[in-house]
Amino acid sequence: MITFIIRRLITTVFLLVVVSIITFAIFFLIPRLAGQNSYELAAQYVGRNPTRSAILQMEQKLNLNAPLVVQYWHFLWGIVAGTHYNSGPSVTYCAPPCFGYSFRSQQPVWPQMVAALPVTLSLAIGAAVLWLIGGVSVGVLSALRRGTLFDRFSMGVALAGVSLPIFFTGLISLELFSYKWPIFPNVTYVPITTNPALWARNLVLPWVTLAFLYAALYARLTRAGMLETMSEDFIRTARAKGLRERNVVVRHGLRAALTPILTIFGMDLGLLLGGAILTETTFSLPGLGQFTLLAIQNQDFPEIMGVVLLAAFFIVIANMLVDILYAVIDPRVRV
Amino acid sequence: MAMLEVRDLHVQFRTDDGLVKAVDGLSFDLERGRTLGIVGESGSGKSVTSLAIMGLHRSSDKGSGTEITGQIRLDDEDLVSSSAERVRQLRGSKMAMIFQDPLSALHPYYSVGAQISEAYRVHNKVSKQVARKRAIDLLGRVGIPQPTVRVDDYPHQFSGGMRQRAMIAMALSCDPELLIADEPTTALDVTVQAQILDLIVDLQAEFGSAVIIITHDLGVVAEVADDVLVMYAGRVAEHGSGGDVFLQPGHPYTWGLLSSMPRLDVARLERLRPIRGTPPSLIHVPSGCPFHPRCNYPPQVGGDRCSTEIPVLMETGPGHRVACHLMLAKQQELWAQLAPGSATAAAAAAEETAAAEETAAAEAAASAEPGEDVTEVEAT
Repeated sequence: MITFIIRRLITTVFLLVVVSIITFAIFFLIPRLAGQNSYELAAQYVGRNPTRSAILQMEQKLNLNAPLVVQYWHFLWGIVAGTHYNSGPSVTYCAPPCFGYSFRSQQPVWPQMVAALPVTLSLAIGAAVLWLIGGVSVGVLSALRRGTLFDRFSMGVALAGVSLPIFFTGLISLELFSYKWPIFPNVTYVPITTNPALWARNLVLPWVTLAFLYAALYARLTRAGMLETMSEDFIRTARAKGLRERNVVVRHGLRAALTPILTIFGMDLGLLLGGAILTETTFSLPGLGQFTLLAIQNQDFPEIMGVVLLAAFFIVIANMLVDILYAVIDPRVRV
Repeated sequence: MAMLEVRDLHVQFRTDDGLVKAVDGLSFDLERGRTLGIVGESGSGKSVTSLAIMGLHRSSDKGSGTEITGQIRLDDEDLVSSSAERVRQLRGSKMAMIFQDPLSALHPYYSVGAQISEAYRVHNKVSKQVARKRAIDLLGRVGIPQPTVRVDDYPHQFSGGMRQRAMIAMALSCDPELLIADEPTTALDVTVQAQILDLIVDLQAEFGSAVIIITHDLGVVAEVADDVLVMYAGRVAEHGSGGDVFLQPGHPYTWGLLSSMPRLDVARLERLRPIRGTPPSLIHVPSGCPFHPRCNYPPQVGGDRCSTEIPVLMETGPGHRVACHLMLAKQQELWAQLAPGSATAAAAAAEETAAAEETAAAEAAASAEPGEDVTEVEAT
């Protein structure tokens, strides 16, 4: 088990390096392959309508004339030790961990992401708890009462949940519960450290909206998984032992049915941590999703690159955790 | 009063295709310390019978369309009419079951020891440590080497034979008085089969429990069973002691089973004679004797009795019952010709094949039997 975890950690580090190479290549290699020279590349990192000297200065600051390997090394080193962007008299310092510096907003990328992260974290984790509990329990009940009114009804709702987009359900919920009946008025983000009660209250609508979509998906997945598991031979063995039906379902059925759900859960959560763009935009939450959207709209390359790296980091880490959890649950995986 | 009395047991499943009569009026007794072998082809109702006894098929099962009537009396307590909760309490403690494929019957995520302890703790209020000791003790008794170490292994770390031993240990954890083994050796290779059968026989002697072995392998039955129940299409074809059924079988279906079994004690002068046709659909059971479409002897009975009249179980000897319209003397005469090793067997075989072809042709011409859509109903 220990060796399994160590091996998995090493793989993860390797994977992160690969991710950084690919991200770097997307931003610095592919434009060159498409025929851009370093001057044209540099032009995209300065503000609108730049002067020729500003662009040349930027070319120097970003070291765009150096070989790509050297540039990549600078980029990696910046994450560890920070970077000085030099061009003669003007020096811009980006403190470690330096995930790039936005010359458009004149600030390093990392602190901006750090500021946005708690919002996304609050949103994603809260919603994840909701949808995991809600989706799995509805799925289990549906499977056990297959063909009943409850099953048909909940699967119908689940189908609606899967089909309806966030900006629809989100706006409807805002209209109903924020304006018509102001149970949750003024949905704005309040840090948990400032006022935990208000933090939770203001996040209820985003949580429920986001969780509804995923809960629907998970209910369907869980139902299918449970139906399959409950017809396994080991379930019959559990019953033959004289176990109470509740224990048969939970300890023997659900435990086996949950493993594929866990895999998908890791992926989904990892993805969401990189920014829940639709939910954050619908509810005006200043999280990573909104940060990403703004960065794209402003064509702010360092910011986009930073957020891509961070999102990839979350997915890789989430997958590693899932793999380790999987090994904890299923002894056949531990090798 | 016998320990287990099954009386006129019917198990039916409502399906989209129709009513499946998996068990149709089954009665038998089983005494403590005796072993009953139930044999028959796939879909003859063997497994359904055992699952019904264990209460794993119940009329109250929601949405399953299962209907059970008749009586299953375990020490004079009727399980069919008892509450599900009562049957659950008996399950695993007073009666236990061993399944066919030990790999899929054991939970892959729990250690073997945990699964045995769990079975013990359901019915005994003991600590985890005590249950674990019990598991180790049981694993040792069923012949697992180094039980103190192997108790923490998972099923995938066990070999096939060891898994079945572990299943047996689990079944025996609460000293059951009735042990049902549903094809316990089918998934194992031959050398391991013999070991597992020996183990069941030894443990039975030690625990004094009653055992039902369900199998389609007559060799298994010959080795371990005191009594043999031959099932066909959910009914009893023949029931008697091992000696009766193997040496003086009265039912043509039993003859067919015996003739299709390879034997070492008979010179290989003749080929194995399989029973022609396939088991009937349990939705459209043939009229009269369910075996008549595959039987060679309706002409010997005469008339259309075999296809119109359901044969009742007739006592042909002490404790030996046969459900066939053939007269007892005729049964004995025909078996004397058929019995492997008899001088006339080879000749009879040739004759029989010819007769079979004739009957088959006649049958095909006569009518399309409803038994043609063969739905194999093996309850799982």
